Amino acid sequence: MSKRLVLEESASFNRKVIEYIHRASATGLYEIRGMGAKRSLPSFDDLVFLAASASRYPLEGYREKCVTKTVLGTRFAKKPIELDIPITIAGMSFGALSANVKEALGRAATEMGTSTTTGDGGMTPEERLSSKTLVYQCLPSRYGFNPDDLRKADAIELVIGQGAKPGGGGMLLGQKVSERVAKMRTLPVGVDQRSACRHPDWTGPDDLAIKIQELREITEWEKPVYVKIGATRTFNDVKLAVHAGADVIVVDGMQGGTAATQTVFIEHVGIPTLAALRQAVDALEDMNMRGKVQLIISGGIRTGADVAKALAMGADAVAIGQGILYSLGCNSPTYVQNGEHFSAEAEYATLNTAPGYCHHCHTGKCPVGITTQDELLEQRLDPAVGAKRVKNYLKTLNMELTTVARACGKSNVHHLEREDLVALTVEAAAMARIPLAGTDWIPGMEGRRF
Amino acid sequence: MESLDLRKISVRELNRFLHQEVPARNIRAIEILNPDGKHNLACGMDAPVKIDIRGHGGYYVGGMNKQAEITVHGNVGWGVAENMMSGCVRVKGFASESAGASGHGGTLIIEGDASLRCGISMKGIDIVVGGSVGNFSCFMAQAGRLVVCGDAGDGLGDSLYEAVIYVRGKIKSLGADAREEPMTEADYAAVKELLDRAGFDCDPKEFKRVASAKTLYNWNADANQEY
Repeated sequence: MSKRLVLEESASFNRKVIEYIHRASATGLYEIRGMGAKRSLPSFDDLVFLAASASRYPLEGYREKCVTKTVLGTRFAKKPIELDIPITIAGMSFGALSANVKEALGRAATEMGTSTTTGDGGMTPEERLSSKTLVYQCLPSRYGFNPDDLRKADAIELVIGQGAKPGGGGMLLGQKVSERVAKMRTLPVGVDQRSACRHPDWTGPDDLAIKIQELREITEWEKPVYVKIGATRTFNDVKLAVHAGADVIVVDGMQGGTAATQTVFIEHVGIPTLAALRQAVDALEDMNMRGKVQLIISGGIRTGADVAKALAMGADAVAIGQGILYSLGCNSPTYVQNGEHFSAEAEYATLNTAPGYCHHCHTGKCPVGITTQDELLEQRLDPAVGAKRVKNYLKTLNMELTTVARACGKSNVHHLEREDLVALTVEAAAMARIPLAGTDWIPGMEGRRF
Repeated sequence: MESLDLRKISVRELNRFLHQEVPARNIRAIEILNPDGKHNLACGMDAPVKIDIRGHGGYYVGGMNKQAEITVHGNVGWGVAENMMSGCVRVKGFASESAGASGHGGTLIIEGDASLRCGISMKGIDIVVGGSVGNFSCFMAQAGRLVVCGDAGDGLGDSLYEAVIYVRGKIKSLGADAREEPMTEADYAAVKELLDRAGFDCDPKEFKRVASAKTLYNWNADANQEY
């Protein structure tokens, strides 16, 4: 009789954890990688729409009008941003992304009537020229930040934190600090660039109020000022940002991506987007500022359903980063040049990864030419092709959004409401404060009105 | 000389005048009366004009300045000349925190002391301080020069990149990756030129040079990254 092979994996020390310990033991270094949290988290997938029924009247899915127009920055700015859709492109830097990609994002956003956003490292001419509506980030590093580009922007986003790494600052490893990137950031070529974790010239919310006023003074109070926060103490942070004078609050949940950060941040710091959105809306309602200060949610928004659920929970718009990268072809086995597909499998293999698993944005060796500054690799992403793919993606999301809205009887996507949603899990019900499906139970709300 | 009185007009009206009327009317000199510590005075300038602020300024005086020569006849709050691109800002008194933060160019002269984080994240600006500077000055400073005629506090030059610091007095402590280096003839000449620009009568031979040891330039020089 042969012996039975008994393989009992430890829940605490499973193969993934063992691999982590082996790697740490071999290198003495923490891991740095790109993209967002890979762990399973309560998310918009845990909510579903009730849609219309005998008590609700649906709209015809294809033909009846469903408004998607979105206006941001109505509180103080003389020139609020008017978008055709409530889906925007999140801030991603030139440096993390190639100039071709930034151009592609600008083109796609312009064609879809939405905005794109700069990132750490400043504004490139390609980006400004290709973007009808461009949001200019003011980050702690202030790399490439200058008054001329500030005045060229359509809105200003003061970045306090990022969902993938709240409190952690940023980094761009030397492989991506090319001559052009270095010049824009006033750094030596090839240096591992740190982006500071806090702003150099203000600390608390009272300082922030003065800083926002300074940016407004320099731009004649024309441009909306967004304040972006990484989701942690979201309720308080949103209140403080409103107090400081923000026109728009951007809340980035922990599923948000990054070009390079320690894995320990990505997986263990911050709160899920679902919970953050609920807290942000609570804060605005508590201050009676809902509708006066607009809310953009980001961090793992992927589908039109996600967008619809975010709007139903109280967001005015969403911002997408990783989804946009995937639409460009990130993690695709092939890249497209001159209309032909070419395999990138070998390049994935050199990074010890494969399509579908790659998070090696930090290396600058992106097999499909997106997160790179390499002159050869970046040619793998043709701006025209990239723009078309991103446009198609945004168009699809918008179609899904309006389809769901119509099914819920809404002629305007901004009319979606919490009452349209139920939760599939106890965790999501508690975090989103949405009743568990088939019940009127919201955990933690027993005996309280909601 | 044109004169604007902040007891009669708002900061918004002041800055609108400075941004629009000054270049349009080719005004070359202007004075601002009764600033009373107000914030954001003369920020966002982009004209070759001399501006005299007769009193104390609040936060971000001369913020993001281009071309203008601004003199504050008093003290200033946080972030004087923050992100300055060109021109000159002179403070006759003392400066609070983050003076010249992330400045790209131009000259910031502080005749008195500057508080914490003077020259933080600077990117090419020259800063000359007649007195002493507080802790963490030149934190993550990337380019440009800071001259300190007095003493420097704790953590001077922490995480420096290419900026260079010259200190005449005592340095309480150096920050991570900052080190004292021998002065060269080029350094003496640079200090002399900056002192002359500021109008400070000090001997360049008395200054020490602090620059980056560059050990943090590459976080992980390990060629065998397994990521």
